[in-house]
Amino acid sequence: MSEFLPVLSYATFFLVFASIFATMALGLNLQWGYTGLFNVGVAGFVAVGAYASALLTTPPDAGPGAVRVVGLGLPIVVGWIGGTVAAGLVAAAVGFAALRLRHDYLAIATFGIAVVIQLVALNAQKLTGGPFGIQFIPKPFDAQLDGSLAFNALYLALTLAALGCVYAALQRLAASPWGRVLRAIREDETAAEALGKRAFAFRLQSFAIGGAIMGFGGALYAHFVGYIAPEDFLPILTFQIWTMLIVGGAGSNRGAIAGTVVVWAIWTIAGNGLRELIPAADQARAASLQIVLVGVLLAAMLLWRPQGLLGPRPSKSPSA
Amino acid sequence: MLYFRYTRNVPHIAAHLSGSMLQIRDLAKRFGGNRAVDGVSFDVHKGAIAGLIGPNGAGKTTLFNCVAGLYRPDAGTITLDGNRIDGKRTSLVHAAGLARTFQIPRPFPAMSVLENVLVGVPGQSGERFWANWFAPTRVAADEAKARETARAWIDFVGLGALEQAPARVLSGGQRKLLELARAMVADPRLVLLDEPAAGVNPALLEKIIDRIAEINRRGTSFLIVEHNMDMVMRLCHPIAVMAQGKLIAFGDADSVRRNPTVVEAYLGGAVA
Repeated sequence: MSEFLPVLSYATFFLVFASIFATMALGLNLQWGYTGLFNVGVAGFVAVGAYASALLTTPPDAGPGAVRVVGLGLPIVVGWIGGTVAAGLVAAAVGFAALRLRHDYLAIATFGIAVVIQLVALNAQKLTGGPFGIQFIPKPFDAQLDGSLAFNALYLALTLAALGCVYAALQRLAASPWGRVLRAIREDETAAEALGKRAFAFRLQSFAIGGAIMGFGGALYAHFVGYIAPEDFLPILTFQIWTMLIVGGAGSNRGAIAGTVVVWAIWTIAGNGLRELIPAADQARAASLQIVLVGVLLAAMLLWRPQGLLGPRPSKSPSA
Repeated sequence: MLYFRYTRNVPHIAAHLSGSMLQIRDLAKRFGGNRAVDGVSFDVHKGAIAGLIGPNGAGKTTLFNCVAGLYRPDAGTITLDGNRIDGKRTSLVHAAGLARTFQIPRPFPAMSVLENVLVGVPGQSGERFWANWFAPTRVAADEAKARETARAWIDFVGLGALEQAPARVLSGGQRKLLELARAMVADPRLVLLDEPAAGVNPALLEKIIDRIAEINRRGTSFLIVEHNMDMVMRLCHPIAVMAQGKLIAFGDADSVRRNPTVVEAYLGGAVA
């Protein structure tokens, strides 16, 4: 039995991350898959959720030389809600300014905003701890649980439940008249406006709710790892989430989850494989191969199955 | 009935103001130096099927887009049943009772025919985010009613068998019919049709003409831009003619056909 423990421990660890990433991918699916909003600032909204939740729940640094002087020490559940709401509000503000832009222009704007958020986290030392990040973020029931496997298993139950709730809510919204208008706007905004729909309001709602879900994912991440720093929220995270959604199939919530599991599996297997195969001295450089591998997967998917594993068939542009 | 009021290059035609539904007054829209619409005034009366014709580049579609709220006019006013609609958002113009179709049909290609038409149903509580969580009974009731209305219009235009098909599989003519159903489901008072006959086979065209006439008998007014003269002469009364941004003629089919200015405009001559 004891020889299975590391495997089991690793499996739960893997699945916790998969379910957290899947939550973020669902947020992106609402924005891109359902509404056609090209958000390339996923990492920024994840960061807002993670930092907000950490600051709400973690006391300030103690002792001489303490960097971070802000922190509230509230219950974790307050952090999760606060992180979600904070990311939603930031997304609403960003959306209000940026959603007048379309397509690649919106992508450039959101990318810039995510970089700004990351730089704020890096430089607002008194608030965020700067490059040192926030440490000792409370983990739920950590004190009562014996060992990391028990904690991982409990946290897996929490993240799976969270993912299930987000999935169910989004499925319901997608089937609702509200979701129908989002899809209409994705297909043809001018036509939707001509049918009396105020496209900007719907785009803004979708962007804010999608951002809130990403922030929720960030909060889940913070309280699992127990430590966050600006380097956790680099554009590579946005790239990962996008790849998960594209591989799984934009426009399908089940696809977003399936794509997350597939891409995350490839990512971790490749990481472990490279650690085994590459001599220690070259491992830092070899880590880039992980990104190359996932990039190749993304390119192959776009070439041979652009709708993803479970996505709806891509729509041809209308020809009269 | 449609008449046009005094414009710079058209003799004044006396008309009464009563029963006017859409009033366009001195409408102007420029794109750079190009006066796409240049001081156009006319009315569409309640119950009319008005035609708007003219050579390519006459400004017909620009005028349509001003009326439908896609463009903000540079000058002039547009009123629908006495309410100013010029410069208002498309969605507000729609709410005021004006629906439109597009020259090149714009269905939502990945959505089913039924879903396409459902988007056109106004006042659905389920389109409000929170209502889906806090008023699910009302949302379900609204949705059932919306589906009933949408299905009735889909059957009316003869697309009943294709209800669940994605709109991308429809032919050009079927897309025109879908747009008609999608516009009508909001129960508009005035419908702008931009070239309903373009690219439609003759059999389907007969059907479109028949459906427009039937909807008109039920009390909806139309303003139709069309190049198919056969259709315009049969269906529209009266007919307004635009060329180079200006209104150059107005009247019933015979008077327009005989009007030398109109003939000249269509033969490519300059409009004095």
